[in-house]
Amino acid sequence: MKNLAFAFLLIPAISFGADLEMAISIKDHQFNPAELKVPAGKKIKLIVSNLDSTPEEFESHQLNREKVIAGNAKATIYVGPLSPGKYTFWGEFHEKTARGVIVAE
Amino acid sequence: MIGSAVIVFRETLEAALLIGIIAAATRGLIGRNFWLGIGIGAGLVGSLIVAGLTEKIGELAEGTGQEIFNATILGIAVLMLGWHNIWMSTHGREMAAQAKSVGHAVKTGQREMSALAILIALAVLREGSETALFLYSLAAGDGTSQVSLISGGLLGLAGGIGVGWALYAGLARIPLRHFFTVTSALILFLAAGLAGQMARFLVQGDVISPLASPLWDSSSFLPMTSVLGNLLHLLAGYEARPTGMQALFYGLTFIVILLGMRWSRTPSPQAI
Repeated sequence: MKNLAFAFLLIPAISFGADLEMAISIKDHQFNPAELKVPAGKKIKLIVSNLDSTPEEFESHQLNREKVIAGNAKATIYVGPLSPGKYTFWGEFHEKTARGVIVAE
Repeated sequence: MIGSAVIVFRETLEAALLIGIIAAATRGLIGRNFWLGIGIGAGLVGSLIVAGLTEKIGELAEGTGQEIFNATILGIAVLMLGWHNIWMSTHGREMAAQAKSVGHAVKTGQREMSALAILIALAVLREGSETALFLYSLAAGDGTSQVSLISGGLLGLAGGIGVGWALYAGLARIPLRHFFTVTSALILFLAAGLAGQMARFLVQGDVISPLASPLWDSSSFLPMTSVLGNLLHLLAGYEARPTGMQALFYGLTFIVILLGMRWSRTPSPQAI
């Protein structure tokens, strides 16, 4: 019985470990890489590093995401699972230069 | 200048619409303006504090502190809006009937207003902190002159307040016998919409699973970037690509508040 309870406790740890981690950075108000290829049908743990000293807001209607990232800081955004396709995102505070796309395939 | 005006306008709008609706719904309550002022003032101070703490908040909960923080604020807002609607369905009629100044109504009215002041403070805090960060980001950045930045910000702020005021003025013209029905319906949709946003933050922070994602896609039919789509998003929680969990939060909140309003409604004399 004790073992069984223990096994259940491990389930979240296993599923956390299975998250695919992807990184993207912001420098001079531009995303790098501006195009990110991800596998479709999988939850992605997106780590966004803001290398600028000013804050930025990661926003995407297609991904249904919105998050403020402080200057010189990192943020974690969970995305998906996505069906195959293109998903644009942008930095709301610098909409002209900060643009990118996630391609799920 | 136009760029900063547009963003400040967008951020101001959500809080301004909420304040407009609350101000209309509490028309006639004693001390209303005092409590509204307290709520807005506390929210502005709070938004500067939160903006300053953005990095600290973001680092919490393995980089998803901001999601937890936003979801908590939205959760409290949903509770207060729901409670307000249920409170109104018991007291609204009696207040309308008795020129609003009966001792009992004044006392519970004060408690009600102080709770709504907290709600307004939270709404201002959430949108205000993002606006503060945006303006800081522009000010610290390149090229943009201080004058154009400040005038753009003020223009956007004035625009947001103008729309909130227009909504308030429009609601205030509704005849009294329909008034509570209209404001209660608005608040019901608003609360359900905020519950949906709360779910979105919890999914984004991987606290709960999205269920179907997306449940539907109406972005080609009514995009979030359109004026109507955006307005429906702010007032009724419209999403072009919601997750199943968002729809679930939305539906449950809607039903629970609606049932609460029905059950607490003062029965008419004939019904007893």
